[in-house]
Amino acid sequence: MPMPDFSLALPELWVGAMACVILVADLFVPGKDRATSFYLSLFTLAVAAWLTLDTQWDARALTFSDMYVADKLGAVLKVAVYGLTALAFVYARGYLKSRDMLQGEYFVLGLFAVLGMMVMSSAHSLLTAYIGLELLSLCQYVLVAFNRDSRFGSEAAMKYFVLGSLASGMVLYGMSMIYGGAGSLDLAAVARAANADNMLFVFGLVFVLVGVTFKLGAVPFHMWIPDVYEGAPTPVALFIGTAPKVGALALFMRLIYEGLPLLQEHYQLMLAILAVLSLIVGNLFAVVQTNFKRLLGYSTVSHVGFILLGLLAGTDAGNGAALFYTITYALTAAGAFAVIILLSRRGFEADQVADLRGLFQRDSMAAWALLLIMFSMTGVPGTVGFYAKLVVLQAVVDAGLVWLAIIGVLFAVVGAFYYLRVLKAAFFEAPPEGAPALEASGSFRAVLAGNALAVLLLGIFPGALIATCIAAFA
Amino acid sequence: MIELQDYLVLGALLFALGVAGIFINRKNAIVLLMSLELILLSVNINFIGFSHFLQDLAGQVFVFFILTVAAAEAAIGLAILVVLFRNRGTINVGDLDSMKG
Repeated sequence: MPMPDFSLALPELWVGAMACVILVADLFVPGKDRATSFYLSLFTLAVAAWLTLDTQWDARALTFSDMYVADKLGAVLKVAVYGLTALAFVYARGYLKSRDMLQGEYFVLGLFAVLGMMVMSSAHSLLTAYIGLELLSLCQYVLVAFNRDSRFGSEAAMKYFVLGSLASGMVLYGMSMIYGGAGSLDLAAVARAANADNMLFVFGLVFVLVGVTFKLGAVPFHMWIPDVYEGAPTPVALFIGTAPKVGALALFMRLIYEGLPLLQEHYQLMLAILAVLSLIVGNLFAVVQTNFKRLLGYSTVSHVGFILLGLLAGTDAGNGAALFYTITYALTAAGAFAVIILLSRRGFEADQVADLRGLFQRDSMAAWALLLIMFSMTGVPGTVGFYAKLVVLQAVVDAGLVWLAIIGVLFAVVGAFYYLRVLKAAFFEAPPEGAPALEASGSFRAVLAGNALAVLLLGIFPGALIATCIAAFA
Repeated sequence: MIELQDYLVLGALLFALGVAGIFINRKNAIVLLMSLELILLSVNINFIGFSHFLQDLAGQVFVFFILTVAAAEAAIGLAILVVLFRNRGTINVGDLDSMKG
């Protein structure tokens, strides 16, 4: 048996090794601000990005007995994951510190979750896809329970654990059916063998699709999202709401789009139903929320509806649009959670929409950032959210599914209602009596400003990113 | 002679039992963890059945990975359960309702 080519999987080896190093190094570094672990984690992600672009961008090669693929799609997904995770680390530090929760484990768990997403992004076998999925999920369960003394945190963790494990079980059951039909775990062999006449593949497709859309948070598998967003510490909700969405998209691409290409007609209909339900339920339930974190949860569900619209088109343009939508939505959502972190302080979570009142008077920079972020989620022209919706709808219309595009636009209008309600509180209502000055470090504010500007700039100049996303499928 | 179908039916029954255990149970969170284990192990039966009848060893290798992951998952589930009990003094599933909307 030939030696596997380790150099192709350098980014994974690097992140895995560094996560272990940081875990140990954290024990020996004194001090409460965990600066060493924090900067080492950011350094790890930066080097991983460089390694990924260097070794995998132009590659299309298999290694580890064809279980691992290095290609452009994987590279794009991974670099997006690094960026979003780095953002989550930066936003989390001050919050965790002021609540005596700043421990090296936060960064180590984050890095292992990143490793799981990387393995999923490069999966070329049912086994690698499953291992990556579990590595990501197990880290997420623990992160949700990160505040050990919180009633809400532990309840959210329990719910997430049970439902998430059930979804993993579904994926696994589907994988066993696909394995039975194809006689191989290799995804290229599965793609060759899969056809709609064999019931094993249809069964497998349904179960795998349930699991994948659970991880994305599509209706009717969305029940965990609002509870986890509300119960988890805000930086953890920020992390769970951003990078793992890219991971779930990776799982869809590898297992369903590349693994079961001949069953496209079957899953197109299923995705259409899930997308329409997500758009309806997400937007209507978000309207009645008074808790801002829950509102963001239901808003995520509605955005997942748009991502599924892009995926069901089944073309390179549609997949590229879905990838673009996922990355830019995650970027926007990170900014929204960052505003909550900015407003909160020890003993006060600032997670109600009412807590945003008077944000403009209290901190005009944060208010303008919130304006850009909410405009982007609504889809106001000039922000990236508008362009993302546009490319998705274009792909859907090109695929001949005009009625789906109409539903998408209609419910985007409903969405405008609750996003504007948030802005009304922030700009036109008086701040609560005796609200203290906001405490946030200069670097936190700089990153938030940069995040909001990125939402604007990507909206004006989306060309490079969308070209990259479409090229990933070419 | 035990056919492939027999293994698949057994796997499907155990899987359905596990899923039912999660949705019907309103009392004890430990039963949820047991049901999750049952789901993972029912998949193992599928894999071993296919592996034997297809004469392909990869399915049995997969089973070892599932067993390992199931152990890790049980450890994390029990840890979350301990935290939950410390914070709330109960592991009754019906009481997990402090977040609504």
